[in-house]
Amino acid sequence: MLTRENTVNLVLALLLLVAPLAANALGQPFYVTLATRIAILALAALGLNLALGLGGLVSFGHAAFFGIGGYAAGILSSHALSYEPMMFGLSGTVQMPIIWIVAAIAAGLVALAIGAISLRTSGVYFIMITLAFAQMVYYFAISWPAYGGEDGLSILVRNQFPGLNTMKPLSFFLVCYVVLLASIGLFALIRASRFGAALQAARQNETRVATVGIHPYRIRLTGFVISAMVTALAGALYADLNRFVSPSMLSWHMSGELIVLIILGGTGRLFGPLAGAALYVAFEFALGGLTERWQFFLGLILLGVVLFARGGLLGLLAGKAKHG
Amino acid sequence: MVEPVLQIDNLVKAFGALRATDGVSLDLRPGEIHALIGPNGAGKSTLIHQICGTVRPDSGTIRFAGEDIGALNTAERAQKGLGRTFQVSSLAPEFSALRNVMLAVQAKQGSSFGFFRPVMRDSSLVDPAMAILERVGLADRARLPAAELSHGERRQLEIAMALALQSKAFLLDEPMAGMGPEGSKRLTGFLDELRKEAPILLVEHDMDAVFALADRISVLVYGKVIATGTVDEIRSNPTVRTAYLGDHA
Repeated sequence: MLTRENTVNLVLALLLLVAPLAANALGQPFYVTLATRIAILALAALGLNLALGLGGLVSFGHAAFFGIGGYAAGILSSHALSYEPMMFGLSGTVQMPIIWIVAAIAAGLVALAIGAISLRTSGVYFIMITLAFAQMVYYFAISWPAYGGEDGLSILVRNQFPGLNTMKPLSFFLVCYVVLLASIGLFALIRASRFGAALQAARQNETRVATVGIHPYRIRLTGFVISAMVTALAGALYADLNRFVSPSMLSWHMSGELIVLIILGGTGRLFGPLAGAALYVAFEFALGGLTERWQFFLGLILLGVVLFARGGLLGLLAGKAKHG
Repeated sequence: MVEPVLQIDNLVKAFGALRATDGVSLDLRPGEIHALIGPNGAGKSTLIHQICGTVRPDSGTIRFAGEDIGALNTAERAQKGLGRTFQVSSLAPEFSALRNVMLAVQAKQGSSFGFFRPVMRDSSLVDPAMAILERVGLADRARLPAAELSHGERRQLEIAMALALQSKAFLLDEPMAGMGPEGSKRLTGFLDELRKEAPILLVEHDMDAVFALADRISVLVYGKVIATGTVDEIRSNPTVRTAYLGDHA
């Protein structure tokens, strides 16, 4: 069914595909990289949107999962390239699919631990405790010299995807694009499922959910873990995009940026993270060319969105969110 | 005698020096409507919170369906079959009436960890939820968000959700509050039928409804049950008259 929202979504998805294809044909690889950045940030925010948009869990610590994904890519590839075995004698790998799985599982386990404790609180306390945990991971990375500490870790050659030359900007973009679309599809499925119903209901009215006999805590913890896994996948791709991973991926600025992307795009909306990421990167590019202080103007725009367009870009383009 | 569905024994809950529940004993038998009345501040809400599991009693026991439920949380008590409605309607406001009831149906089926099948295309959720909405007279409002329903309709929707849980007992907290005379009359008729499904512990201020419906009435004053009996016994009880009923009797 082609509702207004579906039309907007379709246009967004097509734009993100056509723009880099055209840029590539015109010999402008820079714009391909820009589009790749949009796709990856959108994926990271999509992960957070599961917790924040559907579950109402304002996690201020998702940089931890983003960074864990990034370090998974960096650490695995550095071991593969140096032929040094890792812990337990396992060898590294430069194969993206394996890296993604490792990234998602590692972040999922950390999220299980962080969530198990954080979700006993709510509101401001939840925001603060997720921030605190993420900062712990951040300082751990800084003080861990084996993988570069504060200086970070370079990925000498971008990790590989079977059958593609990922060093070509367009090929790598296509990998990210497909992963993003698949994750959006997964988000849509989860949102419409029984689990999604329980997660959204727990955001709207926790007491109601408990009163029908569903444990809000278990539902939220599951949502939090899935959310972290998607964001970690984005982190792995982000490390490969920059061929570099450093503690800055784990910093609270990153957590804040992901929240900003969601608010800009439209909280809880299927294509909100993509709209937000596109808007954010476009601002960064356009305003960043004019002034170093571009984030001042971003702040103004964010203020405008929060005051006058609560539904974000998608709210403006596609109207209010609808539930079945 | 038949074993009561819900049995409360010597329940005590104090907040500092205030004994909000002061040795309350109460039972709910199969097929009956047991009304709980009392002036504001008598401790009705505290008692309900303890039955539902949101407040822990200091001492005393609560048995439900032959089992001590004192250690269970709200969700677990609901799974045992304790269906409740709230003094102020408590719904998922963004969800349609249908989806609210579907949430209860899903909970009753015990499976909230399905990740891939869309609920709106799941006839094992939609059909029973729709049938229940028809029963409470909300079928034509099924697609409206709960937030857009009228006050009375939200009340009916809460009862629909309790019905969907196939509760073994209903705990209705002032279902008549804020209803017009017409609505109260309709709801009274509905509750009269509902008792056949499962017994009702009815907390209510509307004395017409209480006298019309209740098989037994308990009067709670300052955290104590000062009397329990049939409508006639309560009406003619001198202690109750002075403590509470006043002109009503």
